[in-house]
Amino acid sequence: MLVSPDFPNVTRFTVAISKEDVLNWIKTYAQVIAENEAFLTDLDAQIGDADHGANMNRGFKAVLTKLPAQEDKDISTILKTVGMTLLSTVGGAGGPLYSTIFLELGKTLADKEEIDLADWANALEAAEKGVQNRGKAVPGDKTMVDALEPAVAALKEALAQNLSFDEALQKSAVAAHEGMLATIPLVARKGRASYLGERSAGHQDPGATSTYFLIDTAAKTWAKQNTHK
Amino acid sequence: MKKLINKPEDVVLEELQGIELAHPDLVKVHYDPNFIYRADAPVKGKVAIVSGGGSGHEPMHGGYVGKGMLDAACPGAVFTSPTPDQVLEATKTVDGGAGVLHIVKNYTGDIMNFEMAADLARGEGIEVEAVVVNDDVAVEDSLYTAGRRGVGLTVLMEKIVGAAAEEGRSLKECADLARKVNSQGRSMGMALTSCTVPHVGKPTFDLPEDEMEIGIGIHGEPGRTRMKIQPADKITELLLKPIVEDLPFKAGDEVLLFVNSMGGTPLIELYIVYRKAFKLLEEMGIKVVRNLIGPYITSLEMAGASITLLKMDEELKKLWDAPVLTPGMRWGI
Repeated sequence: MLVSPDFPNVTRFTVAISKEDVLNWIKTYAQVIAENEAFLTDLDAQIGDADHGANMNRGFKAVLTKLPAQEDKDISTILKTVGMTLLSTVGGAGGPLYSTIFLELGKTLADKEEIDLADWANALEAAEKGVQNRGKAVPGDKTMVDALEPAVAALKEALAQNLSFDEALQKSAVAAHEGMLATIPLVARKGRASYLGERSAGHQDPGATSTYFLIDTAAKTWAKQNTHK
Repeated sequence: MKKLINKPEDVVLEELQGIELAHPDLVKVHYDPNFIYRADAPVKGKVAIVSGGGSGHEPMHGGYVGKGMLDAACPGAVFTSPTPDQVLEATKTVDGGAGVLHIVKNYTGDIMNFEMAADLARGEGIEVEAVVVNDDVAVEDSLYTAGRRGVGLTVLMEKIVGAAAEEGRSLKECADLARKVNSQGRSMGMALTSCTVPHVGKPTFDLPEDEMEIGIGIHGEPGRTRMKIQPADKITELLLKPIVEDLPFKAGDEVLLFVNSMGGTPLIELYIVYRKAFKLLEEMGIKVVRNLIGPYITSLEMAGASITLLKMDEELKKLWDAPVLTPGMRWGI
């Protein structure tokens, strides 16, 4: 029985995310990025500079080569290693931003043997704040934040409603998906797409898309296929 | 895609190997992390100038490493900013004890990666200042964008500030000079064709045979407006007018007129543009006292051109004329 100080109503967590789950999430995400490299690059070509898919794939390929040496480390160390690897391999705006996500997750989850939903919500919220600070973007600017922010909000709401582990993760993935789609009509205010002004409207943001994949991959790889609370 | 390359993923590495073999007297190349630096670095007591950005803009930035210009340049992947570890290592390598100035083009990725590198370098006890170039008048509304892009003026800034550092000016003086150049220069570019990023394999945007894109950046990103193609004189007017009005440049001003090829446009066409721009400026009472014409900041094989105007004074003229010896620019030596 775990009680989170941030979510005092939530007292019944028996399902947690293990180190193996975290590793599995990262590996699966690397695969999702590889499969969607051309798709992400196509999205970027429409409103940016056609490199998001290639940059992310280069970074996560490098992460995959680093992971075997990390398998006996703790969750926090693994996440920080992913962050540092992305920082030196991705480049562009995505490099510092995705690096920030993993470094913040690693910082927030320090000393955790396994993480429960409340930990995950806190960590993801720290990641979201880190991305906002680094990129100076707010929701509605047509960036990664537009997928990340609703995912965090949905997780917190699910916790408050005492939803099951699987349901909560599923809700955050759905919210990230909606956030991603909601970037389509937006006029970009940050990042390279912002130079297009009104012409950036009508295109889905590539950064919000790769962020949705990240949240969705977590929901899919961590689903315990049960509704235990 | 038709390109003179081996494998798309090897383009930057093999380019660096070529530069290393071609110019051993001027530069050295460090691999993993990648950067090009002055063969005689660090120059003791001199402020070091470091720049960098995505590859695909050659000769910028690597071609401008050498005496009288940059001390190091960090090439990212094609059209992708370099990573902080590259910038950090380059900064440490060329620091001659007088501090390091980062010249950063205003793109979200470049700013973030250079900021992180500067923080890390300061943490290691190196004095670092950064100056951001944002001269592109095509970006009208800086409130709702990431701000104006750094384009053609970057080349002029690297030359002028490089000369000042060579003269022995302090880090603060070099940074102030860079800001002065930024405040006095404006640019705008246009494309006749798109370009193909090697690892993408197809053109970044479709541009019909009879259309052009006005107000492009240097990464194959679409511009602000698209219109039917016009004669060179008309295009020159379309580019020059917003530049002149923005600063504004006024009668009596002396300027450096820089007509740049985006990569695919030949010199014969640049001179046609130069001729018209010179005449238009003359009619406005603006005197061209220096010029630069050629492919100096490119977007791979894109056809098109950009115009940059820099308001000159005696100080800037002297620094512009100072000797420079780099793979991409050399005079006076």
